[in-house]
Amino acid sequence: MNVRLEPQGKRVSLAGRRRVGDIVRTLGIVAGTVLVIRGDELLTDDQVVEDHESIELRAVISGGLR
Amino acid sequence: MKCRRCAAAATLQLRSHNSAFCKPCFLLFFRRAVERTIDRDRMFTREDQVLVAVSGGKDSLALWDVLNDLGFSTEGLYVGLGIDDYSADSERKVKRFAASRGLRLRVLDLREEGAGFTIPEAAASTRRQPCAACGTFKRHSFDRAAAEGGFNVLATGHNLDDEAARLLGNVLHWQLPYLAKQQPVLTPTHPRFVRKVRPLYRTSELETAAYAFLRGIDYVVEECPNSHGATQLVYKDLMNRLEQQMPGSKLMFVMDFLKHGHPLFAGASANADLGECASCGMPAAGELCGYCRLVSEIERRRAQAVTYSRA
Repeated sequence: MNVRLEPQGKRVSLAGRRRVGDIVRTLGIVAGTVLVIRGDELLTDDQVVEDHESIELRAVISGGLR
Repeated sequence: MKCRRCAAAATLQLRSHNSAFCKPCFLLFFRRAVERTIDRDRMFTREDQVLVAVSGGKDSLALWDVLNDLGFSTEGLYVGLGIDDYSADSERKVKRFAASRGLRLRVLDLREEGAGFTIPEAAASTRRQPCAACGTFKRHSFDRAAAEGGFNVLATGHNLDDEAARLLGNVLHWQLPYLAKQQPVLTPTHPRFVRKVRPLYRTSELETAAYAFLRGIDYVVEECPNSHGATQLVYKDLMNRLEQQMPGSKLMFVMDFLKHGHPLFAGASANADLGECASCGMPAAGELCGYCRLVSEIERRRAQAVTYSRA
């Protein structure tokens, strides 16, 4: 599957079908700091992403001083 | 995973609330949470004129969207900071958002306001962190626009993660006057100030990002190029790692501080009698306000740089 990391614009390929929680852990991302997006829907940790699908992991952290 | 409210398939899990929601139920949950916060903390009513500071990011646009949805009388304020493509993109998205919903928007550009310095110019001249100059410039622009526009409330999109990170920083350095001022509602200390409120202070970044996405809000996903290495991001990372092990920690940290900690620091606030700035007329503790002091420092350093380059 293709995973796009935003806002870094980085792309990662992972093999096989996997649960969302497993994908996030595999990429070393702290839980709750990204939205997992497939098309126009958000995915929860227990949902499965197929090998042929593409998802976006979008960071929710905004920084600096507001 | 099922929605806690209706048992349909969930779209978002909120570990801090030990819950999951489908899209319609999450949007309802979010709206109710913000409305409850506004009511409980007596931030404003439907009679008030609320100026919403919008940056183009998820939090401020989500805030403006939900306030409008809840029937509050709002107007947006965007301040162009002059940070190259980032500012241009932000302004475009804010304008598009306002136009798509028929909302009133004020746009200020630092290049055309006051001393005419952008954030990159200010940071380069003072050799300070850009975030410090940015905070001073924005606060001044917000205060001035609110006072001159006849608003009685200024709302910003600070979320729970911002508040928890700020609290951690203030506690680590025992910043007593800052701890005294860390509240979701700041009452005006001068007739030219308006009430400042943070209606999202109990709402996590994950929630505001999910709300913005599910509402189809086209916000700026990119980080501000000046925020790399910002201390606040280090604090946020620490809080997120704690939250991962102990869900609900951020909310508990902030809410327990406000309930038990804040009263202990209330006397540490250095709220001197404010007069008027000799330069711009806005409230000031000394002869000049913080903004005019910074502008004066920039102008002095620029003059020095010209003198050195000629020598």
